Amino acid sequence: MSGFSGISVPTGPTDGVATDAGSEAEDVLNDQVHEVVIIGSGPAGLTAAIYAARASLQPILIEGVIEGGPTGGQLTLTTDVENFPGFPDGIMGPELIQNMRQQAERFGTRFITEDVVKVNVDQQPATLHTASGKTISTQALIVATGAKPRRLDVPGEDELWGAGVSACATCDGFFFRDKHVIVVGGGDSAMEEATFLTKFASKVTVIHRRDALRASVIMQERAFKNDKIEFVFNAQVTEIKGENGLVSGVALQDTATGETSELAADGLFLAIGHIPNTWLFDGVLETDDEGYLIVDEPSSATNVPGVFACGDVMDHVYRQAITAAGTGCRAAMDAERFLAGGGGQTAVAPEAEPATRSI
Amino acid sequence: MGATPVTDGDWKTEVLESDRPVLVDFWAEWCGPCKMVGPIVDEIADENGEKIKVLKLNVDENPGTAREYGIMSIPTLLVFKDGQPDKRIVGAKGKAALLNDLNSYVG
Repeated sequence: MSGFSGISVPTGPTDGVATDAGSEAEDVLNDQVHEVVIIGSGPAGLTAAIYAARASLQPILIEGVIEGGPTGGQLTLTTDVENFPGFPDGIMGPELIQNMRQQAERFGTRFITEDVVKVNVDQQPATLHTASGKTISTQALIVATGAKPRRLDVPGEDELWGAGVSACATCDGFFFRDKHVIVVGGGDSAMEEATFLTKFASKVTVIHRRDALRASVIMQERAFKNDKIEFVFNAQVTEIKGENGLVSGVALQDTATGETSELAADGLFLAIGHIPNTWLFDGVLETDDEGYLIVDEPSSATNVPGVFACGDVMDHVYRQAITAAGTGCRAAMDAERFLAGGGGQTAVAPEAEPATRSI
Repeated sequence: MGATPVTDGDWKTEVLESDRPVLVDFWAEWCGPCKMVGPIVDEIADENGEKIKVLKLNVDENPGTAREYGIMSIPTLLVFKDGQPDKRIVGAKGKAALLNDLNSYVG
């Protein structure tokens, strides 16, 4: 491994295997039908792993590397997380994820670090195919694939990606010291990015399509109070312009009047929401109008028996680390009951007793 | 082994004057996606060491070189051939995708 610290990224299927399973070979992974496999390594997937491992289900967690976003999920792209209970002084997003991963590992979760490329949940057991050609069979499947940043889909975006266009302020803010950057979006993440970017940039302009922000009051206030942050409301970016291969500005259109204008800037950060990572389940798992997986609330059961969903892939309302963790817990407990019931029963009966599992 | 650190100081001798193609991983400690790509680049270094020299440059400690090559986003991988940037790969990718991008150097 290199000198990178922080998040450890195992390089093979046997990395991160609990000691008692350390000798398990790859072909065993291939042959055996597992009780629970979890796809996704953010707070939802890791919490599901902690609960499933403690229930002796020997979960396999597949932590994708690229397709659905970074290993460890969106939290690995954030800095201070101030609203996760139990950390009165806040905690760094990557560290929080690393802690959860260690906790999952401690109880015997086995990790496979690669992308899943194909899933077949039409028959029992479900089968998963990975990028390197592994086939993994499981009785219960927990989908915690999360969401990834939405793009603007305007001219110039692809060409200037990485040349001033970014979706990760914590990664790229550094390169905009004393420069003018634009943040597109009006939610909490837009406010967080804008506020973070003022550490480097001389000026940050937030561009939002509507006349008011969606962000929480505390995040809005923080941004409004910051002298370096300006706001342009009722405007949408119609083109990203470049000069000498670097971002030079944007073309804007007023969403109310249709008037067009241009704004010069050195960089543009996207914070315009997320798209749930559901492509593995297209046409198989039911989704709502916005593409999020539908679960049988309050359980995490999808329309396919034995397949449960948790975290941002099924939640477009709350989308917090803590709510993702909460639904991950639900999914593991639902999977446990599904397995205990012989694999054919509804995950959570309406009259189910409240959980009394000790922590 | 993995990728070898390179700095502003030895950039010229290690990269510009290399007789092999050089892959440079521009990264920083605070960059989450860099931590995914880093180990993959290390593997590529270990497996293709004869065909391509693989280095990593910490942009925090070596801002001059990063600026000179217009690095505005990390991770960025640059391949140098005969002292000139020959290929630019921006953003985190999986090993298969990276090897595909690097096919003409390591294939």
